[in-house]
Amino acid sequence: MSNISKAFENGKAFIAFVTCGDPDIETTKAVVKAAVDNGADLIELGIPFSDPTAEGPVIQGANLRALSGGITTDKVFELVKDLRKDIDTPMVFMTYANVVYSYGTEKFVKTSHDIGIDGMIIPDLPFEEKEEFADICHEYEVDLVSLIAPTSENRIAMIAKEAEGFLYIVSSLGVTGMRSEIKTDLDSIVKVVRDNTDIPCAIGFGISTPEQAKKMADISDGAIVGSAIVKLLEKYGKDAPKYVGEYVKSMKDALR
Amino acid sequence: MTNPNGRFGIHGGQYIPETLMNAVIELEEAYNHYKNDPEFNSELSALFNDYAGRPSRLYYAEKMTKDLGGAKIYLKREDLNHTGAHKINNVLGQALLAKKMGKTRLIAETGAGQHGVATATAAALMGMECVVFMGEEDTKRQALNVYRMRLLGADVIPVTSGTATLKDAVSEAMREWTSRIADTHYCLGSVMGPHPFPTIVRDFQSVISKEIKEQMLEKEGRLPDAVIACVGGGSNAIGSFYHFIEDKDVRLIGCEAAGRGIDTFETAATIATGKVGIFHGMKSYFCQDKFGQIAPVYSISAGLDYPGVGPEHAHLHDIGRAEYVPVTDDEAVNAFEYLARTEGIIPAIESAHAVAHAIKLAPTLSSDKIIVITVSGRGDKDCAAIARYRGEDIHE
Repeated sequence: MSNISKAFENGKAFIAFVTCGDPDIETTKAVVKAAVDNGADLIELGIPFSDPTAEGPVIQGANLRALSGGITTDKVFELVKDLRKDIDTPMVFMTYANVVYSYGTEKFVKTSHDIGIDGMIIPDLPFEEKEEFADICHEYEVDLVSLIAPTSENRIAMIAKEAEGFLYIVSSLGVTGMRSEIKTDLDSIVKVVRDNTDIPCAIGFGISTPEQAKKMADISDGAIVGSAIVKLLEKYGKDAPKYVGEYVKSMKDALR
Repeated sequence: MTNPNGRFGIHGGQYIPETLMNAVIELEEAYNHYKNDPEFNSELSALFNDYAGRPSRLYYAEKMTKDLGGAKIYLKREDLNHTGAHKINNVLGQALLAKKMGKTRLIAETGAGQHGVATATAAALMGMECVVFMGEEDTKRQALNVYRMRLLGADVIPVTSGTATLKDAVSEAMREWTSRIADTHYCLGSVMGPHPFPTIVRDFQSVISKEIKEQMLEKEGRLPDAVIACVGGGSNAIGSFYHFIEDKDVRLIGCEAAGRGIDTFETAATIATGKVGIFHGMKSYFCQDKFGQIAPVYSISAGLDYPGVGPEHAHLHDIGRAEYVPVTDDEAVNAFEYLARTEGIIPAIESAHAVAHAIKLAPTLSSDKIIVITVSGRGDKDCAAIARYRGEDIHE
């Protein structure tokens, strides 16, 4: 049982995503602390990638801002080391396969473990390709989090059976970003998940309001929010931590 | 050469979001069924022959041969195909496959615009909806092709993210596909992306080497000594190489776009300057920095301006079966003008990269050797850009 399970011990989990280095490392640090102080149960730290093919315009923009601000994988590791001095909330990395692979998968995963990262989400690493990463993740006790999509259908059971940490259920077709309405039949997806694993599952993609978060958390174990938080960073820049804190509080309150 | 998981050696694979997995599995199953279906194959042959104008000619470039004073040079004239490039081979195959799968909408990425034009053409022919993603930078470099696509009834969406070139057009087409799968086929234009695309596109393009082999045996009674083609993603090159891979005496030479030179940052020569990585659904060579950020590549040719290369080429490089050489903008532009003046053939600036290498290679070989250059497309689309390169401002 990894540290990630702690995120689901405090009622329905609120999972907050932040792009590291957007607009700079100090702001990321302050935003993560504000999110944790206001009830975030799990932090997803995005390591920027030049070409994030699973992201909508909001998180694409954050990746570009962070990269032009000079963020690198090594600087993200330093950031996590610093954060771990103050917070013990579970943290996972969210990044693309090439960021991990080009660093040297073993070196990346070992460093992640050493600095206190609990898991990794790699959106361009489906079930069929996970082995070359999963074996190393197991060796260093970093959970490789799997995703389930509205189109997964006959694949849900297969993915759920091998799931670790938590299962990331993608609410809608398409890329990350806010949506006014989520139409996928998530109840039946969650049912198949529950039939095949005891690992918690949380729903992400398109969630921005407390009402949506509550609705998603009611049918699963938690809600994941990325673009809505990144949007606050886009709007307020270095002043964003205060606004992110308030926003996270409103979201977590809706889940209590 | 593909194993069941779509691997070419260590390269290839399916590094894509879960949302797309069932779509590529469905595509693979459909392809495996139809590729052996006599009706599908006879329909495709009819389209190739009656609509696209195949077989394309294998032309003995006598003046060029004499001028260079070495190996005998043949040109495989893919530029004579309908729509003016080899892209139509793949597109007719994929569009027919998509239609059989019940899809009503084709989406595509395009660099120079040749694949976009070919996709728009096939969509018009088969009564399908068509949306083409094209880097905004490329819509300016290739304004004529944008007009052609719109004329053919396609929506052209300029992509402004990233470097606003081919790689961003691919990313945007992939994003679009994740949001609309049920009625939409992603008609990928090169031997890249997740399995099964590199295999499907290669199979449809392999008609090029099949014909070269037959035509060469007919004209010369033997196989050529070298086959030369330009490589961006690498579809015309793999098509030109495929039926020669087992003929070990035939040298296979892929010409990458070196831009302003492989010792500069303004290059797109992936095998010369890249390292193994994972991007756009595949493991292969990519131009990237030490943290795996994809490099903003450059070439005068919008069609070769891509930071990766197809996984089968990466494998052919690894095992030493094919050679990959960089060709600069300058060399390509000189070859563009040379072929126009010497043979009266204006090649696409992409194809001019292959011509440029042949100009270097031919004089080093004896006159009993034979070289085939694949002229993958025609160069009308490039005239304004080459004029600008030479300091002449002409308006299309």
